[in-house]
Amino acid sequence: MKPEKATRDSLLVLSIVLLIGGPAWAGEAQPAAADPVLEERVTALATELRCLVCQNQTLADSNAPLAVDLRNQIRERMREGASERDIIGFMVERYGDFVLYRPPWKATTLLLWIGPIVLMIGGLAALFYRLARRRRELAKPELSGEERARAAALLAGDPGAEKR
Amino acid sequence: MNRFLLPLGIFVALVALLAAGLTLNPREVPSPLIGKPAPPFELPLLQQSGKSFSPREMQGKVWVLNVWASWCAACREEHPVLTDFAKSGAAPLYGLNYKDKREDAIAWLGRYGDPYAASIVDVDGRVGIDYGVYGVPETYVIDKRGVIRYKRIGPVTPAILKEKIVPLIAELNRA
Repeated sequence: MKPEKATRDSLLVLSIVLLIGGPAWAGEAQPAAADPVLEERVTALATELRCLVCQNQTLADSNAPLAVDLRNQIRERMREGASERDIIGFMVERYGDFVLYRPPWKATTLLLWIGPIVLMIGGLAALFYRLARRRRELAKPELSGEERARAAALLAGDPGAEKR
Repeated sequence: MNRFLLPLGIFVALVALLAAGLTLNPREVPSPLIGKPAPPFELPLLQQSGKSFSPREMQGKVWVLNVWASWCAACREEHPVLTDFAKSGAAPLYGLNYKDKREDAIAWLGRYGDPYAASIVDVDGRVGIDYGVYGVPETYVIDKRGVIRYKRIGPVTPAILKEKIVPLIAELNRA
């Protein structure tokens, strides 16, 4: 192997290694995890909760100080043995249903849950109604028997047919 | 004619709905704490070291709790409004100094004036979480029985003070 080629090969290997390494640096900010199982539970729950400072991010995505605090609260409570349901209750008590990315099923959220289904059923009903009407119209003979006879008479040059 | 009336009607209704939506402020999340007892805590005071404050001490009084911090720009904006309010003597005003450095907080009060009867130190923001704080400044009106009756997220404006907070305090004081 020529020394020149060796240099080129090692450069190639180096660039590939660097390319592969890139994505490893990306990712969500996570405090050093002492307990990976717990950390996974924290992250799973945090993705269900809204960060109230940056409202279209989840608690897991956000690096706002409040989001960090709330993640710490979740971690602490889980360590004390609280269930996911307990922690969701804790958050809702303080910040309201708005923290939940999955809104609860109740009277004020009825429209939210049923609205899309109602719209879809309404749209489909309108579509089928129109299609059925169109089909009925297409199925109708273009001319009735009497009209056909009149047309034939006109075409045959019977002047009397015009007055009828 | 009739063919266009229905889609036009739907369009107008949709525009009206969206226009109404635009006037709403997504930051104003209705607080579930209204009508609930103010969460208890026991925290040190900012200026009088060694002393602490608990909402229990305020039983029997209508009072106002204002969450503030020296790093919060909107707090500076509402500061003159709170100063006026404190001067009026409508109700005792307490500050909750939220996630701040003690020196910074004291310097801030020194520079702009201190409208608070006392400021309570919440260094780690834990009490803030109990009060559902997510956008400093926030202001709470708490009644004689220790129940939160009003919450304002964001700076208190003169209009809000005059139309909401002062009448509410007067009403609660009569009760």
